[in-house]
Formats: sequence, C-alpha cells, structure tokens
Amino acid sequence: MVELDYWHQQHAQGRIGRREFLGRAAALGAGAAVIGRMVADVEARAAETPRSGGTLRLGLAGGSTTDSLDPGTYTDSVMIDAGHALFNGLVEWRADGKPHPEIAESWEVKPGAAEWIFNIRKGVTFSNGKTLDADDVVYSLNMHRGKTKSGAAGPFKAVSDVKKLSPNQVQVTLASGDADFAYVLTDYHVLMVPDGFADWSKPVGSGGYILEKFDPGVRITAKRNPNYWKQGRAHVDAVDITVINDSSARLNALMTGQVDAINRVDPKFVRTVQKNPKFEIVRAPGGWHAVISMMHDRPPFDNHELRLALKYGIDREQVIRALFSGLATAGNDHPIPKTDPYWNSELPQIRYDADKAKFHMKKSGLTNPPLVLQCSDAAFSGAVQMAELFQQSAGKAGIRVQIKKEPADGFWDNVWLKGPFVTSYWGGRAAATQMLAVAYGPDAPWNESHFKNPRFTELLAAARAETDEAKRKPMIWEMQAILHDDGATIVPVFRDWLDGHNKNVGGHTPHGGFDMDNGYIAENAWLKS
Amino acid sequence: MLRLIAQRLGLGLLTLLAASVLIFAGTEILPGDLASAVLQNTATPESLAEMRKELGLDRPAAVRYVEWLGNAAVGDFGRSLASHRDVVEEIAPRLRNTLFLASYAALVAVPLAVALGLMAAIWQGGVYDRAVNFVTLLTISVPEYLVGYILIKYLSVHLGWFPSLANVTPDTPLVQRIGLTFLPMLTLVLVVVAHMMRMTRASVLQIMASPYIEMAFLKGLPKWRVVVRHAFPNALAPIINVIALDLAYLIVGVVIVEAVFVYPGLGQLMVDAVSKHDVPVVQACGLIFAGAFILLNLIADMAAILSNPRLRHPR
Repeated sequence: MVELDYWHQQHAQGRIGRREFLGRAAALGAGAAVIGRMVADVEARAAETPRSGGTLRLGLAGGSTTDSLDPGTYTDSVMIDAGHALFNGLVEWRADGKPHPEIAESWEVKPGAAEWIFNIRKGVTFSNGKTLDADDVVYSLNMHRGKTKSGAAGPFKAVSDVKKLSPNQVQVTLASGDADFAYVLTDYHVLMVPDGFADWSKPVGSGGYILEKFDPGVRITAKRNPNYWKQGRAHVDAVDITVINDSSARLNALMTGQVDAINRVDPKFVRTVQKNPKFEIVRAPGGWHAVISMMHDRPPFDNHELRLALKYGIDREQVIRALFSGLATAGNDHPIPKTDPYWNSELPQIRYDADKAKFHMKKSGLTNPPLVLQCSDAAFSGAVQMAELFQQSAGKAGIRVQIKKEPADGFWDNVWLKGPFVTSYWGGRAAATQMLAVAYGPDAPWNESHFKNPRFTELLAAARAETDEAKRKPMIWEMQAILHDDGATIVPVFRDWLDGHNKNVGGHTPHGGFDMDNGYIAENAWLKS
Repeated sequence: MLRLIAQRLGLGLLTLLAASVLIFAGTEILPGDLASAVLQNTATPESLAEMRKELGLDRPAAVRYVEWLGNAAVGDFGRSLASHRDVVEEIAPRLRNTLFLASYAALVAVPLAVALGLMAAIWQGGVYDRAVNFVTLLTISVPEYLVGYILIKYLSVHLGWFPSLANVTPDTPLVQRIGLTFLPMLTLVLVVVAHMMRMTRASVLQIMASPYIEMAFLKGLPKWRVVVRHAFPNALAPIINVIALDLAYLIVGVVIVEAVFVYPGLGQLMVDAVSKHDVPVVQACGLIFAGAFILLNLIADMAAILSNPRLRHPR
C-alpha cells in the first residue's frame, strides 16, 4: 500500500503519466476501485481552477527571532516560503522534478557544460518600479560569490565568472563543467534583487507579493503585487505567516481554524488528521535523509568489512516505524532518493541482517573496536532515538555501539565534520550530481565521511560535464553503487514531507524538494471560498 | 525608615551588578558561537571567519564586558548580532507583551488567590477548605504545558470559545488582545494561584492562634470579621512576599506557556537568542529578568515594612 501511495503521489506531481500509473498500480495488485479513485483524485485536482482573493494563513515551523530577509541567510521554512513570495529565482524547480524558466526565460549550455548563457525575461518590474535587467541578475548572483556569508557560497564556488552580455543576457562561466547548473540556480538562496540592493529591512523584489510587516520569528504579512508578471500565479490577496515552532501548537492552530495550512505535521498525528473530513495531509516523499556518518580514512572505519557490518546492523524498517510512523522510505546508503530520475533502481536494497552483520564483523578481524556514535537532536529531531535503535539492533549482532549524546548547542561547530562517527542529515538537492558532489565530492568542504574513491571522483567529474542523458545515467548509477558498497555513510531513511491544510486550500502540491511546495506555497495555493 | 529604603535600593543595585557579571560570563562559556549557530551546516571556513570578524567576536571578553556594561547603563544594549536590529527596539514589543500577560494574569490571580485563601481560613477544615486545597494543589502539580494543552483541547478545539493561538501584534486592539490571550492567562492563573492561596490561608491561620484574636472572639465578633479585619492585616508580610515571587515568575518563567500558545513574549525571544548565540539579546533579556526579580523583591520588602506599624513608626 505504501508503494501504491508513492506512485499515486508521483502521478499527482506529474512525474509519471496516467498510463504509467495504471500500469504500476496494476502490477502492485491494487484493486480496480482503488486505482480508479486515485486517478479520479488526480484528475479532479488538475481540473480545479484557481480562485483569486482571500488571505492565506500559514502556520509554519522553522522560524526564529534571528531571521533576516537577506536571501543568503535563509536556512528554514519560514524564510524560504517568505523569500519565494517576495522574490523570484532565475530558475524554478517544480514538483515534476525539472527546472523551469522563471526570471531566466531560457538558457543555453555550451558543450562541456562550463559556459551557460541565460536570457533574461523582459518586462519584469521590481516592487519599487525599476525594470529588471542583466545588471540586477549579475549583482544577485554575485551576492553568493567571494567573501560572503551566503548559504549558497558552497555551490557557487564553482562559478568563476558572471558577466553581462547584453541588457537581457548573462553569461555564467564555471571552473569545471556542470550539466546540472540550472538546478544549482533553483537553490532557495538565489533570489533576484535590484543591482546594489542591501537594505533588507525594506526588501525590493519582483515576486508575487509585497512585504507589509516583518516581525522575525513571530509573523510575516504580505499583500499581492498588483503588477505581478507571472500569469496564473499568486492567487490570494494576502499571505499571513505565523511562526509556530511547537508541533502541537501548530496542529491545534490548524484544527481550530486559525490557520489554513501548516508544515511538518508530526507523523504520529497524520492518521488523526486524515480521519477528519475537513482536513487533508499533503505527503511528499523527498530528498531529505538522515545520516550516520563514519570517516572513511579513520580507523576503525577504514576497514571495509566493519563498514558493511554496521550497514547490515541497522534496522531501517524499525527506524521508519519508530521515528516516522511509517511515513518514510528506507535508504540504500547513497543520497539519491527514489523520487530522483537518476535513482538506481537495480541496486539491491540493503536490509537488517544480524547474521550478515556478524559475518562481516568477523571478517574485519577486529575485536570490540571502539564504536562511539556521537549524536544529538541538533542533527534532526529523533537522531538520538535513531542512535539508540541502532545500538540495539547492532547489539543483537554482537556489535557493541556506544552512544555519546552531545549538547545540541555547538553541535555543528564542535562535533560535525570533526568526530569520526556522528549522526547528521542532508536536505535533498535538486540534481543528483549536486547531491553527490556536495556531500561526497573529493574536495567538498562538507564531505563529512572523508570519502575518497578514485573511480567515484572520475565518474563525478565526467557525469557533471556530460550533457548527453544516455551517457550520464550509467555514470550516476555507478556512483550510487560505489557509495552503497564502499561508502562510509549509512543512509537509513528518506523522510516524507508532511504538510496539512483544511480542504478550503487548493493548489497545495506535494514537492520532494522541501515542505510547503518547496517554499512556493504562497505562489501556487489558493482559497476555494 | 528612609535609611532602610535607601539601604535596600543600594543592595538591589549591587545584586544587579553581580547578576550582570554572571550573565556575561554565562554567555561567554556557551559552546560554539553565533557564526556557527546561524550558518549551521551551510558554513564554510571562509564564511565563518568572515562572519566572526564582522561581529567583533575576535576581541577579548573583559574589554567587551566593560564596554557592554557602560553602554547598558545608558540604555544602549547594542545591536542584535543576527538581525542587526537595535536590541532595545527588538526587545521593547516583546517586553510589552510579557508585561501585558503578566499583569493580566496577576490582576486575576492575586485577588482570586487572596479571596480563596481567606475563605479557606474562615471555613478551616470544612468541605470548601478541603476542596479548594485539593483543586489548587492539582493545578500546580500538573506541568504548565499540560494545563495549556488541556485548556486548548476543551475550550478551544471542542467548544471553540477561545483561540488556541495568541498571536497578537502591536496593533491588536485591547479588547481583542484580552480575548486572544485568555487561555495563556488562565493557564498562568491556574499555575500560580495555589501558591498564593495556601500562603494566605497558612499565615492567616497562624495569626488566628494569637491571644488578641481570642479577645476579638470574646467581644462577640463574627468569624469573617475577625479574619478580614483583625488577622489579615497582620498576616500581610509573608503573603506579599509570595505574591512578589509569583509576579516575578509570571514575568521570567513563562516561556513554555509562550511556546504552547505561540505568544510573542520575551521568554521566546531569549530562547531563540540563546540557541543562535545572539549574545547582546541574551544579555539584555537576562538583565531585564534579573532587574524584574530584584525590583519586585524590593517592592515586596518595602510593602512589608509599610504593612508593619512597628517598622512604619520606629521608636
């Protein structure tokens, strides 16, 4: 049934057609009535016409008093959703998993994928009346380059030059080829502002809404931009975001009708919400994954057999049940989710197997190696519980894992990238190569597992520069296989994004990238009455 | 008596100074720093170094303490390291919210607790006394977030009388504000009322054992009159002290209630600031909380002095 739900979601997001959905569902042995209902559901949604007007009230987790409107500083839902309401990106990553034109009307990539030319849309104006042109785009891209504290500084390191070719054309040159660079530009930090703009307390953007009030960590209100250039987007008159970090308070606010939609519904309460005919859960399997990372070059983790023993020693299904009430997918020790078009479907799924774990442990030649797992809920809520489950399941295979709970404060500074055996997480990336490069690239600053494998390095560079789809796919598949076998990272689960809304909300699409339609909720959703 | 008050004030200031040292030292020894807390796992060594330099985190602690104290004395708490806004500007609306909720809860809780306590003293040992003791003990023993959730479940989800979100803004009109904050107020009242009520009852009953009370009864006065007119004024000092402590709690200890009802108060601001290492904001909040505690205790001391004729008219 989980599998069927999954294909239903894929169908709803437009990733697979109706014909393919029918085939997949039938192959799973689903009854005709169930399939028919699911198809009707998707078609009914597609047939809905957006309605204009009203105030969309969102109750969102992931806001803090320290939030700023500067796109380079965004880290979590509240600012990501507000950012997409107030500004536009160059390229938009839609629920179908593909990059679509936004401020860039079209783009062209030169062979080798190191030179990109973006044609800038004409007739877009900022909220201060200025017309958007190539200078603004160059400035907005340069905000993430050189000496900057932008969260997009990492992926932008590859950019060696940004230059204006004409008032409506910008060329981006990369140090080495990246056929997926358009995906890099869908990063939520990369938003367009006027040339020279820096006063973030009074933001000027070209987005569907104009800021009214910004009270960091409390509330953000914006009203519709009457001159918005996009047709058929930004339907409501006003957006009202209330920051609700407490999970029960968020659900209460939805159930008592004080907000229309919320993000991050606690998996334990998903069934309760679904039972109530007034509400709906929007479930999107995505790229967010939990990680237990070992250091590939540090003893005892440099021992291949030990790594295999630990990979067989974690009960992924148990973690999914205990932490996510079943609303997650088992990981296969590489970072590419099932929703990604480049997901390797032939790789056997690794499962908990105490005998195999014992076998590999014995083969490793190590007796009681020190296995101290440093964990903290700072990594993600539930990381400590996951570590405890791992300890139990590994213990049944005779592998002794010790748990060291680290203070949440300073976890990213003092433990992550420093300890040889830690819990962590990764938000998904739009492109498979991007995900592989950022966490496993040989020179990536965030290569937490110190992963180095010559074949992988070679494939990564080749796949990034390769624009021919037929040649790229086997390379990306092989990289997943290498991580699966030789990698030092255990990827137990990919979590689903779980949003909730009352049924008065339309156009709230599941998106594998991030919660609330990858932050585009204000632009895509509408109120039915 | 003036000398006594001046002495108390001086001691209060000294305590505040000691608190400022503790607050500053406390924020210094936190592991990690603002730069890493803000950037989380999107940090690169370059962006970390850039941010630390921009924030002045590379200077010695003693220099920063003296500078901070000097500025704080004239009401300048600097700028928030994370949002770059003036700390006073950031704190002011939150402090107003906190004081509003505290006063709202106090206005209900104090008269209620004193009245309940006096009645319990009058009908000591009776059914009413036992019932009120049991109920208030129950509400104080249940954790406050649970009290909050129970109130939300019944008064908000089932009955729909009051909203579960207390998301007030600075321009929310007073009447609406009273409605929005009703549930958090009720939660706080339930938490503090037992303490004050029991103290009122106990101190009144203690006085009731004195010979002059017996005299009053022998004069033929009714019990309620003896309690309210004769015993209560002499039992005031300990009651005032407990009220002051509870008022201080209403200002500094309500962060959980704020989180449950999404109320933008000072506690939530401070927790956010601590987790992001926004030191100027943490320090300013800490100083305000310390100040509130010291001030309320000072007022309680003075009120106790005023309520005691022996101290009011020293020989």
